[in-house]
Amino acid sequence: MALIGVSAAHRERQQDVCAFVERVVMPEAERIDREERMPEAIVASAVEKASLGSTDAIGLGLLHEALARGCASLCGIVTVQTMVSSAIARCGTRAQREAWLPRLTSGGAQAAFALTEPEAGSDIAAIGARAVRRGGEYVISGSKRWITAGRSADVFLVVAKVGDAPTAFLLERTRPGLSVRPVAGMLGMRGAMLADLDVVDCVAGDTDVLGPVGGGLSVVGNFALDVGRYCIAWGSVGLGQACLDATLLYATSRKLFGSRLGDHPLTRRKLANMVARIEAARLLCVNAGWLRDQHDPDSVAETCIAKYVAAETCVRAASSALQMHGARGCSRETPVERYFRDAQIMQVIEGSSDVQQLLIAERALAARQSHPLAQDRVSPVFV
Amino acid sequence: MNARVRGRVRAFLSGYAGGRHFTDRTSIFEEGLVNSLFALQLILFVERDFDLTIADDDLELANFASVEKIAAFVCGKVAVLPRHGTEAWRS
Repeated sequence: MALIGVSAAHRERQQDVCAFVERVVMPEAERIDREERMPEAIVASAVEKASLGSTDAIGLGLLHEALARGCASLCGIVTVQTMVSSAIARCGTRAQREAWLPRLTSGGAQAAFALTEPEAGSDIAAIGARAVRRGGEYVISGSKRWITAGRSADVFLVVAKVGDAPTAFLLERTRPGLSVRPVAGMLGMRGAMLADLDVVDCVAGDTDVLGPVGGGLSVVGNFALDVGRYCIAWGSVGLGQACLDATLLYATSRKLFGSRLGDHPLTRRKLANMVARIEAARLLCVNAGWLRDQHDPDSVAETCIAKYVAAETCVRAASSALQMHGARGCSRETPVERYFRDAQIMQVIEGSSDVQQLLIAERALAARQSHPLAQDRVSPVFV
Repeated sequence: MNARVRGRVRAFLSGYAGGRHFTDRTSIFEEGLVNSLFALQLILFVERDFDLTIADDDLELANFASVEKIAAFVCGKVAVLPRHGTEAWRS
């Protein structure tokens, strides 16, 4: 289907990734979920296919859509890789860029974004990790939770406070003082290699600081999370499309009351809603991508809107798919059960739907107060 | 040039400040004038509207702390860049 802003070259590249996903990822997706483990070779191939660092925003989004259509966990891991790579590309010194970007963008190394803590999730300014200046070095201590790719990452982007100033550090996995504890049994995205990260008296130098001291949230964190929201918005579209694909297949094969499931008006209404909402979410993602490629400041707010709508759409699509599949959809006979669990995670990661709503409303109110319309100057009627 | 840059930065900031009063010296972040996303939006604005690339060592928060600081930073950067001849705000 043609989309404004999506070129033939974009489509060609996406089809190449789709072929990879169908050939390599989809056959493994159930096992990845059941064993809660992502093969390193699949991540490396996906990152290589995605050509991180050499694609524009719309291309990057289409690739995440394709990955999530096959395996949401893989999309989550590649999203984090994209977040850290983007933060290093944007905020890193030349030495940091040369040290990490060739490996991260080729699939030769994996990255994790260690921001969330036991007592700091959406209220991220409340992070408790500390980096104390001692003898020309930083000594970092703290606990990080639910770190995607934490089990497999070669490098962690860790945010800790220097005094009161949140600051980002790049710490390789082998650094003394870092240890990871695998996290199992999450509701969804079970193949995302989650881990908790303990940092105990980990020594870092000035060359390990990413971006400015004090810019760990406002600059580095913002860059990374903005990209993450964008990738997860597209991933939500991809997972929603997977729900639709499964439902269309079932609707054309399953017989109900003597005719195909897809021939029943109620089924068609559900299918129409799925198709229209997924398409609308995809268009919001394309809009955000187009603005990102123009380096437009509004791209930040539009990405929040795209992420919010796409994640909500994904959950609705998964719920509809589950309903249409009946008991089969609640079993492991079809991937729909996994889609349903994974969809819930899309609403939580890289900024929950609640947080997106706060940001969207705040932006709308500020814009209206800054640029009132003519009728705003008339006394309000409904007081 | 500094006055023109200030004017454009002021206009941009007013779109995010929700009607709150600020001067060229108001500390944008410390005064809570904007939300947590604003630093990123500001960087994109400066790069796009003034045709600049903000390098890693320019990302110091002090460069973006107030309208006055942003204008000084922009003017300092463009002073060492070749002129394209298309940016009306320079004249």
